[in-house]
Amino acid sequence: MNSLAQRFSTTSPLAHFRKIQRLADEDEDVSDAAWGSQAGFGSLTKGVPTFTVPNLPDPTAFLRLHTDDHADPNCRIKIQHGTTTLAFRFQGGVIVAVDSRATAGSYVASGTVKKVIEINPYLLGTMAGGAADCQYWETYLGIHCRLHELRNRERISVSAASKYLSNLVYGYKGMGLSMGTMICGWDKTGPTIFYVDSDGTRLKGDLFSVGSGSTFAYGVLDQGYRWDLTDEEAQELGRRSIYAAGHRDAFSGNTCNLYHVKEDGWRFIGNFDISKMHYEGPGDVPGAPGGGYGYALRVEGKSSANPPVAEAAA
Amino acid sequence: MSIMELNGGSVIAMVGKDCVAIASDLRLGNQALGLSSNFQRIFPVTDRIYVGLPGLGTDVHTLWEKFRFRVNMYTIKEEREIEPETFAHLVSSTLYEHRFGPYFIEPVIAGLAKTPSGGVKPFIAATDLIGCLNFAKDFVVAGTASSKLFGMAEGLWEPDLEPEDLFETISQALMNAVDRDAYSGWGCVVHVITKDKIVTRTLKGRMD
Repeated sequence: MNSLAQRFSTTSPLAHFRKIQRLADEDEDVSDAAWGSQAGFGSLTKGVPTFTVPNLPDPTAFLRLHTDDHADPNCRIKIQHGTTTLAFRFQGGVIVAVDSRATAGSYVASGTVKKVIEINPYLLGTMAGGAADCQYWETYLGIHCRLHELRNRERISVSAASKYLSNLVYGYKGMGLSMGTMICGWDKTGPTIFYVDSDGTRLKGDLFSVGSGSTFAYGVLDQGYRWDLTDEEAQELGRRSIYAAGHRDAFSGNTCNLYHVKEDGWRFIGNFDISKMHYEGPGDVPGAPGGGYGYALRVEGKSSANPPVAEAAA
Repeated sequence: MSIMELNGGSVIAMVGKDCVAIASDLRLGNQALGLSSNFQRIFPVTDRIYVGLPGLGTDVHTLWEKFRFRVNMYTIKEEREIEPETFAHLVSSTLYEHRFGPYFIEPVIAGLAKTPSGGVKPFIAATDLIGCLNFAKDFVVAGTASSKLFGMAEGLWEPDLEPEDLFETISQALMNAVDRDAYSGWGCVVHVITKDKIVTRTLKGRMD
């Protein structure tokens, strides 16, 4: 009954999908040559991208059955899920920090993943969930942010950019897209963060963390967060929060990538090894307390249960 | 969710020239959450035999106490120390007693057996969770990182390694394998057993 109603509905994802395909077909009269190089985004420059879908009367229902959706954990096409990403707004701009681990089941597939996507010099997107989904749609968002600039002689607001992405992914709701992302930047209104996910949620806020390690990151973040943090303190808080998540969460870790967004755009602060932060600290960077972040190191010699190593050996 | 992967952890054992080595990581977790970085899962059975028990955390202790009891009973009745091969069969039959409701442990055994001429012969063995014995001549692995440990050991192991070289080989194999496994890591411990001494070293591993 539900699928029957959906077949004739004009608002369902399926109807939306048919509309997209119709629009793309109408575009055929425009010659490809007129566009010059399309840099691998051939179909995108024409307007709405098209995808091949399962050849069934109701592809959405089929995909819902076989792709990842937290409503039903069995029988799924699994994609990269372990991650820790965070972003927060403060007096000095926006801090964006992420880990760099990619896992496939219990296998650590990579420890050098770039989970911050540089959309343009003023906009950053973070990556949690499906790596390909985030990468593709945020790059696509970048194209449209540039087109917006050319059409309106003005940079797109973070709010508009995030809504563009949110509306886009909502069109594919139920078809297995998986992304939890934070769109961060600086516009006319100042530093801004929007949380956007593939369910269609779009939230404006001061502080977000997304991924399997987010609870650990929130713990450190909430404890140390103030609006009037200095730039150095804020960078240290971002780094320390990702360390906490990388340490405790099996599916997060390896390194931390840190970005700072200010009025003149984003700046890459650095790449920090999480294990090195545990034993030695982040190195010679502003805001670092000196010494390792590791619990055993910080409490060494401070109680009878944790005597200094030399003393214990004697 | 697999019971064998609930708490994480891995063990490896290798044969050298008149010596054996057994090593394990130190992580105890609850699925993705790491709980302890000092969870010992390798135990001394006699002066020359060590056993590693990777698998379900609660069974590590239960099974070790059971082995300890049975080895003590053997020592009293026989009035001599148990030999590695005998201990391997004790492990195997203890596990098979629970064929239809097993302990979720895959033991790894490493030790030196006495030869009639008064020398020693390296011995390693591993079993699955219901006691199928595997007497390997080179190395044995078990735990959540077993597939990665196989890869490292196949690449690094060579015959007749001296104790110091065996230590380096087993350490590199273990450390690099657990860094590719989400459920193992958080530090390592290595025991090298030779005729006249046992060297135990705790290694600093990646803490993420």
